[in-house]
Amino acid sequence: MMDNLESLVEAALAEVAAAADARALDEARVRYLGKKGEISALLKGLGGLSAEERPKAGALINEGKQRVQTAIDERRAALEEAALNEQLGAESLDVTLPGRGERPGALHPVTRMRRRMEDFFQRLGFDIAEGPEVEDDFHNFEALNIPAHHPARAMHDTFYFGDGRLLRTHTSPVQVRVMQKGEPPFRIIAPGRVYRCDSDLTHTPMFHQVEGLLVDENITFADLKGTVAAFLKFIFEVDDLPVRFRPSYFPFTEPSAEVDVGCVSCAGEGCRVCSHSGWIEIMGCGMVHPKVLEHGGVDPTRYSGFAFGMGIERLAMLRYGVNDLRLFFENDARFLSQFA
Amino acid sequence: MRFNEAWLREWVNPDIDTDTLVHQLTMAGLEVDAVEPAAAPFTGVVVGEIVSCQPHPDADKLRLCQVSDGETTFPVVCGAPNAREGLKAPFAKVGAQLPGDLKIKKAKLRGQPSEGMLCGGSELGLEDLIDGLLELPADAPVGADIRAWLNLDDTVIEVDLTPNRADCLSLRGIAREVGVLNRAAVSEPAAETLAAAVDATFPVTVEDVEGCPRYLGRVIRGIDPAAATPLWMVERLRRAGLRSIDPIVDVTNYVLLELGQPLHAFDLNKLDGGIVVRKARAGEQLHTLDDQTLELRDDTLVIADGSGPVALAGIMGGRPSAVSEGTTDLFLECAFFNPLTIVGKARGYGLHTDSSHRYERGVDPALQQRAIERASALIVAIAGGEAGPVTEQGDPARLPVAAPIPLRAARVTALLGAALADADIEDILARLGMDMAAEGEGHWSVTPPSWRFDMAIEEDLIEELARVHGYENLPSRVPAGTPAGEPEGEHVLPVRRLADTLRDRGYLEAITYSFVAPDLLAKVDPEHPPLPLLNPISADLGVMRTNLFAGLLNAAGRNLNRQIDRLRLFETGLRFVPGADGLNQEPMIAGLLYGSAQPAHWQAKPRQVDFYDLKGDVEALLALSDADAFDFRPGQHPALHPGQCAELVRDGAVVGYLGKLHPRLAKALDLPKDLYLFELALAPLRDGLLPRFEPVSDQPRVQRDLAFVMDDQVAAGDLVAAVRAACDERLRDVRIFDVYQGEHIEAGRKSLALTLTFQDPSRTLRDTQVNDLVDQVVTQLKQQFNATLRD
Repeated sequence: MMDNLESLVEAALAEVAAAADARALDEARVRYLGKKGEISALLKGLGGLSAEERPKAGALINEGKQRVQTAIDERRAALEEAALNEQLGAESLDVTLPGRGERPGALHPVTRMRRRMEDFFQRLGFDIAEGPEVEDDFHNFEALNIPAHHPARAMHDTFYFGDGRLLRTHTSPVQVRVMQKGEPPFRIIAPGRVYRCDSDLTHTPMFHQVEGLLVDENITFADLKGTVAAFLKFIFEVDDLPVRFRPSYFPFTEPSAEVDVGCVSCAGEGCRVCSHSGWIEIMGCGMVHPKVLEHGGVDPTRYSGFAFGMGIERLAMLRYGVNDLRLFFENDARFLSQFA
Repeated sequence: MRFNEAWLREWVNPDIDTDTLVHQLTMAGLEVDAVEPAAAPFTGVVVGEIVSCQPHPDADKLRLCQVSDGETTFPVVCGAPNAREGLKAPFAKVGAQLPGDLKIKKAKLRGQPSEGMLCGGSELGLEDLIDGLLELPADAPVGADIRAWLNLDDTVIEVDLTPNRADCLSLRGIAREVGVLNRAAVSEPAAETLAAAVDATFPVTVEDVEGCPRYLGRVIRGIDPAAATPLWMVERLRRAGLRSIDPIVDVTNYVLLELGQPLHAFDLNKLDGGIVVRKARAGEQLHTLDDQTLELRDDTLVIADGSGPVALAGIMGGRPSAVSEGTTDLFLECAFFNPLTIVGKARGYGLHTDSSHRYERGVDPALQQRAIERASALIVAIAGGEAGPVTEQGDPARLPVAAPIPLRAARVTALLGAALADADIEDILARLGMDMAAEGEGHWSVTPPSWRFDMAIEEDLIEELARVHGYENLPSRVPAGTPAGEPEGEHVLPVRRLADTLRDRGYLEAITYSFVAPDLLAKVDPEHPPLPLLNPISADLGVMRTNLFAGLLNAAGRNLNRQIDRLRLFETGLRFVPGADGLNQEPMIAGLLYGSAQPAHWQAKPRQVDFYDLKGDVEALLALSDADAFDFRPGQHPALHPGQCAELVRDGAVVGYLGKLHPRLAKALDLPKDLYLFELALAPLRDGLLPRFEPVSDQPRVQRDLAFVMDDQVAAGDLVAAVRAACDERLRDVRIFDVYQGEHIEAGRKSLALTLTFQDPSRTLRDTQVNDLVDQVVTQLKQQFNATLRD
């Protein structure tokens, strides 16, 4: 009987090893280990053995069954693995072919830069304010201390509508509107479209500015310098960016300053971008003129403030290396799609 | 303002080099725009003297000259008409290197040897005063290097002055400023007085004393019409960017540059009667020096004589009364005109002159006497003649008077964020020529000098202190304090979010001009007459847009011309719609779709965009907002296809349109494929929702698919609304999964297949309950649309 066990196990192992698929394997299991299987049948023969022999023989038979079962399990795993491998091989794709679906478009570079500017000033507690683009003479000029026939008006080539209204030449009128509407302190920036009647290589009749205004008690020129310098370092991501303030003139600020940064293109060495001066003029600013505060309904003996204004296109050109202002308004998809 | 450095250094000569000087000016607010050499580089040119001059034997127009350089005499063949014995002229010797890469070599001209070249002005990069050689004065030292003798190794500095610094529109003003910055003494040439040699005067009446508080006049008789402007003056004028005209005009220009005071010289013999300073009478004409005939307006101050206007006051003289070749007797004018009278007038006539530039900004009201003395002395020195006494008319009481301005040290500190010592404050203001009276501790009364009429308030003085102290020497800090404004509510949808969504759906953001071509706008929006610009850049940018379609269509057109065949564009911005309540400047968001629905892909068949791609994008925007508050309804828009246009409605108001571009417009714009547009008002779109939690139900959902046949004019939206109305809250969702027309469906009818999803939040729905709901739907649709269940 034990001899028979050994040969049955060998035969079973051989059959398992030869099983080509799950079905053949299952047939072998049924034939040898099933309830009526040949090895299972041996257990029924145990009854003919003595009480001493029976446990030993039983153990041997179980051990044989176990060996076959293990072989079956291993074979099944191997077959499954092979089948999976075959399936995987059949399913393999050319992963270098392009994927499917819509690609993101792009925000206009002016929007991209504007958001970056907004983000900086919002972190400093500035709100975003808006104003009309078709403005009146009072807000665009008079309230900003630019009376009729002021020479500064000649610098603003203004679009008129013939009824006293005009297209705002700067975002500064928003300063006045904000002050008229509320009570100090004020911390706002006003980004938006502005218009000048000028069109050539370096001028477009419409462009964008960001105006800033901070009015509070104890605001000094030092606050202006610190805010502007921190802003420029943030925008250009240069910690030791050289920033200089030069005296200038705007009717609505006193003292007034132009701000230059060390050329971000040549690091101050001198290049075409900075006209070989090493500096780039980036914005105008100053302490709000008392008359402008008064026009805004703010008491200039109690409050002081600073204001600044700058062109978004200019910053975007420097930051993204755009070499022609007019590209911003041609809306060429090949240009726009570069600013995803 | 352009000037040469050597001239400046005659007035003030600090121990700094050119670069430092330029930097100093820029950092003091006199921004230097350009620094250029006074002459192009050249070498080997000396003062030569023509010792003899013979005709060339073989050429009519050439002459054989013997030219001395003081040591040797060289044969030179010369073609200049003014070559003559005894003339001194620049002589480029053999080996000289001239501008334009010209090297002088020994040569033979028509058989005659020539060793060197006699030069005209332009050959040295200077101005040609006459056709021919540059005539040097008789006292020019023969053999001297011409660069050194004419001081050509000089620098021209151009300063871009802000409108408040009219005081620096002269060499005198720049010199004062350099003196202040360097604590250097300014040595002005002594103020001259030319005593009257004759008692000739010319009558002057000032009618408009407000516009002309001071009018100085002086007659000079018997000048030499053949006199020439000395070379030194020609060179200073040239370096300042002015051409030499004749000695009289040159002198007036020179004094304008030197002192900042415009003057005008009339030919005395061409004036009729006497001078009257008055406003022009409407309809009067003036033939100006630049040969235009101007029709004068009655707001313009003129200088008139008995026959009418002879000059636009402070702007430009007239041609008939101007100094010309034969002029021997002059009437010289030197006036103070009120800036408010002059400003804007030149521009109004399309003019801009050195004189108007200064008068508009203001000239020193204390300068006229000195300037007319200086000019007449120069004229007499150059052209001879005898001057009469200076006459003065006007009303000196109306001249501007510098009022004292209070200044407090505490205010200086409060504005600059830094305390300046009282001594520093006093020192800086004194250097600037201000008169100071102390009025107690840290408190002064400051009277600015006559040339600083831009000083009006305390802040002006503080700016001067900051400027001279140096902006770079003032402190810097980030302001303390807390945010000032009201934050937006959480339900308010940022425009950024909308833009990002379109961007992520493949759109490029465009920014188009707010003004568009009136004809295109009339096509896309004939119903709203737009606001026209009075002075547009060009006719095709003539009117303010009343919607955003025109700009997007332009942008699309340009892209299609550049072989872009798939395009999605969007723009946000104001539209400008005139209405009964005034101009509505309304923020909008608009988009444009064109070309294939998806990006090209190797596997997919390209499909062109259609209305539902457009609507899907609009729905994506609404989904960010309070989507249920919006309804799409069939709409009509002049730019859009009448059968493929929806209006978007919120709270009963139309807040946007979307649809296919009208085929008539598509044809006019030459678009080969269909184009779709949307435009939505931003304000209702931005009014979004705060999320509101609703308990999630685990009760089973039951779905029923139903197909209805109905008239094909029935709108799916209406049908879905009716389904919802027929059910209660147990109807969780209605979805259209098929729309069919064709075989098995009668012509004029269509089949709409719906999936209804039911769920009771708290218990399992029984079949009978679902059947009841479905029956209600069927009955409702039958009743409302004559819709029947499809077999």
